[in-house]
Amino acid sequence: MSTTITRRRLSIAFATTAAAALVLTGCAGQDALSSDGAAGSDGDTVIIGSADFTESQLIATIYSHALENAGIEVKEQFNIGSREVYMAALQDGSIDLLPEYSGALLKYLDTESKASTSEDVVTELTDALPDGVSMLDISPAEDKDILAVTQETADKYSLTTISDLEPHMAELSLGGPPEWKTRVNGVVGLEEVYGLTFKEFVSLDAGGPLTMTALTSGQVQVGDIFSTDPGLTANNLVALEDDKSLFAAENIVPVITTSKLDDTIETTLNAISAALTTEDLIAMNGEAATGTSLGSIADEWLADAGIN
Amino acid sequence: MSVLDWFANPSNWSGTDGIPTQMGFHLLYTGIALVIAAAIAIPLGVVVGYTGKGERLVAGSANALRALPTLGLLILLFLLISPVVPGQMVYVIPTIVVLVLLAVPPILAGTYTGIQSADPDAVGAARGMGYTKMQILWHVQLPCALPLLLSGIRSSTLQVISTATVAAYLGLQGLGRYIIDGRAQGDFFQMAGGAILVAALAFALEIAFTLLGTLVISPGLRRTSRRQRTPVPPAVGAIPRSAR
Repeated sequence: MSTTITRRRLSIAFATTAAAALVLTGCAGQDALSSDGAAGSDGDTVIIGSADFTESQLIATIYSHALENAGIEVKEQFNIGSREVYMAALQDGSIDLLPEYSGALLKYLDTESKASTSEDVVTELTDALPDGVSMLDISPAEDKDILAVTQETADKYSLTTISDLEPHMAELSLGGPPEWKTRVNGVVGLEEVYGLTFKEFVSLDAGGPLTMTALTSGQVQVGDIFSTDPGLTANNLVALEDDKSLFAAENIVPVITTSKLDDTIETTLNAISAALTTEDLIAMNGEAATGTSLGSIADEWLADAGIN
Repeated sequence: MSVLDWFANPSNWSGTDGIPTQMGFHLLYTGIALVIAAAIAIPLGVVVGYTGKGERLVAGSANALRALPTLGLLILLFLLISPVVPGQMVYVIPTIVVLVLLAVPPILAGTYTGIQSADPDAVGAARGMGYTKMQILWHVQLPCALPLLLSGIRSSTLQVISTATVAAYLGLQGLGRYIIDGRAQGDFFQMAGGAILVAALAFALEIAFTLLGTLVISPGLRRTSRRQRTPVPPAVGAIPRSAR
């Protein structure tokens, strides 16, 4: 009988210890939900964020490795979400730096903007940026949202420009990311500028594998694809010309919290922007699609560009 | 602005993106998944419970399939069938498959444990009354299994209702639309609204199942109080010993 009591006591003790261990591991370590604003504003750590698609993470990785090599302390916070989400993070201090696309950012901050060339976009963007946020030099590298169709669709409806879609819009489905439903650079803008109301809008992902597969398999006839996507040529897709300039020039530009800006960061990031080209982006996207790690792609590009 | 404002906004209650439409789609996907899962799990559970064989294999593999990550499997299926399946079905099939995988194990477990735990006295009595094996299964074991079976279906419904939000990931409708679009558009009140609606729907279904239980389950099985072992009175008309 004493062995039964001892065994009971042992199992109770064991259960209590296990439960306590679980509770303590939960309390220890970083609270994943807490904003990093407080931690980030200590001195020099630059928190680098990115959107939730590969290219954004790639460029953010390049920034991160270059700044680290230049002696700046960095913290990576990638894959945040769409612009609507990470701009809030930038403004409240949860992130300090991220790569942006000039035209898309401008259209987000100022929905009435009609700028379309690189220079006009830069002029308007400098004014449109909120207080405490600045932009550095733009890069010649561009990655625009394009409406892509398969070669068969283009031949069937004789499509070369986005305006050509208008007579057939009732038969066509548009595929794009969920944020397109409310964006000027999206469904809203397509309706205002081109008068396009598609048969339906299917929420997939931002120029990623879901949209690409749906487009090539015929589930959607028109898809939002990024112009640097190697799948454009690989899948024989036709990029429709933006004849009414809805999508403005989209030069890659680093956007940073003004208080975190210093000479080293500025020089390094401007050097990256100057050296980056659209062909580089296409090549790097191609490598990323085969599964190569973003870190090694970034290091390779930095070595070739001679930065650090 | 708050979640209440989102609920109070009349434009959120009408049209193709409105709350009633999305709830309808959500219930539709849930319903289809549950019907298919029941069609698979109940016969399988009856066979396993009746023969008493294969319980570990069947239940084990069902639970193992359930451990597959829902979102990953959804996208994988989509990428696999996309070249061969045309139109809207390419979004619907992966969603239903994934939901069925989640729904089968609770119903399966409920069925075979229900059949196995059918009161042996009742089964014995039926056999004594001359019921054939099939009659015993249909008239005694299945009705006795009903509480556990219903609880399995109930548990399964709860899981499917909360996971059917995943349909929105592939562009389908349903209450997940509010959660995914809300996240993408940075509209967190929409997200919260969607989540609250899913919880409310799950709660309503729980109540519905409780009512269904009272309707369908035999009163004898519902007696949950301790069985009072009252002494059985002697049969009426029996001649008392002293009078013989």
